[in-house]
Amino acid sequence: MQDTLLEMRSIIKTFPGVKALDDVSLKVKSGEIHAICGENGAGKSTLMKVLSGVYPAGSYDGEIHYDGALAEFRDIADSEAQGIIIIHQELALVPLLSIAENLFLGNENARGGVIDWRETNQKTEELLRKVGLRDAPTTLVEKLGVGKQQLVEIAKALAKDVRLLILDEPTSALSESDSQALLDLMLELKAQGMTQIIISHKLNEVRRVADTVTVIRDGHSVSSFSASDGITEDRIVRDMVGRSMENRYPERTPNIGERIMRISDWSVYHPEHADRQVIRNVGFDVRAGEVVGIAGLMGAGRTELAMSIFGQSWGQHITGTVEMHGQPVDVSDVNRAIKAGLAYVTEDRKSLGLILDDTITRNITLANLPEVARGAVLNEHAETRVAEKYRKDLGIRTPGVHQKVVNLSGGNQQKVVLSKWLFAGPEVLILDEPTRGIDVGAKYEIYGLINDLAAAGKGVVMISSELPELLGMCDRIYVMNEGAFVGEMPAAEASQERIMSLIVNE
Amino acid sequence: MSVAETSSDGAAQPKGIGAYLAAHLREYGLLFALIAVMAFFQIVTGGTLLKPINLTNLLLQNSYIIIMALGMLIVIVAGHIDLSVGSVMGFIGALAAVMVVNLDMPIWLTMIACVAMGALIGAAQGYWVAYWGIPSFIVTLAGMLVFRGLSLWLLEGQSVGPFPREFQVIATGFVPDILPGGDAMKGIVGTRNFNVLAFGTGLIAAAWVIWSGMRKRARNKAYGIEDEPKAFFVVRTAIISLALIFILYKLATFRGLPNVLLTMGVLTIVYAFITERTVLGRRIYALGGNQKAAKLSGIKTERLTFLAFVNMGMLAAVAGLVFAARLNTATPKAGFALELDVIAAVFIGGASMSGGVGKIVGAVVGAFLMGVLNNGMSIMGIGIDYQQMIKGLVLLAAVIFDVYNKQKG
Repeated sequence: MQDTLLEMRSIIKTFPGVKALDDVSLKVKSGEIHAICGENGAGKSTLMKVLSGVYPAGSYDGEIHYDGALAEFRDIADSEAQGIIIIHQELALVPLLSIAENLFLGNENARGGVIDWRETNQKTEELLRKVGLRDAPTTLVEKLGVGKQQLVEIAKALAKDVRLLILDEPTSALSESDSQALLDLMLELKAQGMTQIIISHKLNEVRRVADTVTVIRDGHSVSSFSASDGITEDRIVRDMVGRSMENRYPERTPNIGERIMRISDWSVYHPEHADRQVIRNVGFDVRAGEVVGIAGLMGAGRTELAMSIFGQSWGQHITGTVEMHGQPVDVSDVNRAIKAGLAYVTEDRKSLGLILDDTITRNITLANLPEVARGAVLNEHAETRVAEKYRKDLGIRTPGVHQKVVNLSGGNQQKVVLSKWLFAGPEVLILDEPTRGIDVGAKYEIYGLINDLAAAGKGVVMISSELPELLGMCDRIYVMNEGAFVGEMPAAEASQERIMSLIVNE
Repeated sequence: MSVAETSSDGAAQPKGIGAYLAAHLREYGLLFALIAVMAFFQIVTGGTLLKPINLTNLLLQNSYIIIMALGMLIVIVAGHIDLSVGSVMGFIGALAAVMVVNLDMPIWLTMIACVAMGALIGAAQGYWVAYWGIPSFIVTLAGMLVFRGLSLWLLEGQSVGPFPREFQVIATGFVPDILPGGDAMKGIVGTRNFNVLAFGTGLIAAAWVIWSGMRKRARNKAYGIEDEPKAFFVVRTAIISLALIFILYKLATFRGLPNVLLTMGVLTIVYAFITERTVLGRRIYALGGNQKAAKLSGIKTERLTFLAFVNMGMLAAVAGLVFAARLNTATPKAGFALELDVIAAVFIGGASMSGGVGKIVGAVVGAFLMGVLNNGMSIMGIGIDYQQMIKGLVLLAAVIFDVYNKQKG
């Protein structure tokens, strides 16, 4: 009988308007590899932040028992001192420092502020051997590939006397062989008695290394089973998505007309790494009055696809054609894309969608200023009229249209972005995660607006990581994985299980 | 923002005067700082500051700073900086001197060539900033050295001058009084001169300030845009109109309207209009406010950045002509470290280092504030050492005030 290293009991974490974690429990035994599975937004990251002290004790309800005692971590330093170390999806290494410098960053082998380089390099070599790296300690981190960087991160954790190692999507950016090496290392560390938690979407990897799996859905822990009970991908998928579908989406009777837009053979390369193909021969179409969904995990290339279509705003060596009403159109810059009838509502409204310090009015008219100008001179009356119209139509809740958008809530900010694009008069709107960071009530309103757009005969492309949202809103769903479309199905035939298995089986 | 205090039907309820003042402290603060500084120096210099001859001097002395501040404001609003303007100004002065004095070329041709050269210089620097993404700090730092060197080379290390009379009038000439009644007014006000055109301009400008202010208020009311409290509007408009009448009255009793004041005034109005009322101006603010969002809204951000630098180069050239004409000679040292005065004026005027914020009028007032400080301290006989320190502290104080205000708000 193994003893329990970590037990999290009935953790509840509330943000304004959202209950991110609602009664999550997790029990990790000493020396095992414990996998946590769940959809994007299910609460995995929040749970790990509670565990590591990013959200300090007192900001959540429930108890954490670690190493046989009640743990109340005040911050990350506190949890790290107890040997709990998280390696995040985005690596936290300083590229222009050497491996040795990175390993002991903030933890230097120093006497009186003077670093003992010989000791540092010796220890570094030892740690690198443990993770199977043969690079010199003085190698700059930027010279290493992502796979090796991931190993350096693990070595860094080992340097801190780690007792519970948490890996958040460790293989998401790795190639197949690098992933295998990493999983082997995990098993080796386990053989040495280290307890590990892995968060992963790749169920085949979970099946390979995990002793126990806990599935989280919508902020609840729904199941936990061990290898002896049998870990199968089917079971994980079923638990991940098996929520009851309530009436969370407004009704719509689709009235689908002619095809408006067709994309064929769309390929895009990474803007900085010219040899990395990010989008591979993607083709899809949208009809008038139709809501088309693009499902996929984060990093599948959905945003890159949308932005490369919208005025080549992302990527290089873009090839393929965009047709509107059967005629090829030029979308080589944003202006031309807008003229061709496209609009793109970004997933990152704060840094890409809005000028936060500007007023609602000025944000709404920005993409179509000539419409509110006589010649080159702006007509501020006309601008105000336009803003007032959209405030009423979309129900933007604000004391006035001359308020700065930075003062609005997420849902109202999103309505301002939508207003901006509606005012530009598009035929096809690409909505990228249109409900991210928005509370439940505002989500319903945004869904209503999307339905209104479709009813008005526009084509809507909806990118979302929330499968229920796609199933509830779309007429047709494409599934995207690793830069390619791996499936297409009418919403009536789609299910979360079917979409998930298309993604995870790739 | 006090959402609860305002009604939701669009017509914003008037908030308390205190709340309004807190929200617009910066704009009023600048105006009152200028008035306070002027009053202070008027008293400690025993009335010298506002004597007609000194007032005329003050305008001439600061004209080139103000002209360049117009362009610098746009560059800074677009999210960049131009460190080369002092050198470019000096270089254009040198070019003008060589063309007019050494080569005997016609003045009109020289002026056109100089402004074109300014645009070219701006284009050469803007190209790297806009299309290559090289930080403007670096590009214009390089430009600062290059054009300083080019001036030296062009002038062969010597001063070149004097300029013919027709060139000097650019800076030192006055607009002839074309209106009648000057002699009669001389008798009434008891001065040796009275320029009716200058005084008339003051009256018209004051009337325009009042009329446009009232028109804007009426429009704001009709569209439910929150406006300043009536008392503030009355006091502010009264101060500005009286100041305009007062200054132009003083000028009228000396030699009238300086050509440079006319140039400056017209340029200020044109640039204020472009930045506040046109599609182009709005796009520049959007670019500085959030370049990525602007780009994704179909704004050609690269081209706008490029144009901001071309415009800056042109204005630096105009300033160079004015400066050379005023000194009546071109020296290799002309314009040395002047870019710092220009940049300081823009920041004192309320522009933000991160772009997207700032007004033409603010930059002009900021430049005047610096100019009055310079002039007043010189009259008092304060050494250049203290002058530098005081100007430095004023700049720091203005920006600290900005940041503090923003954090509090």
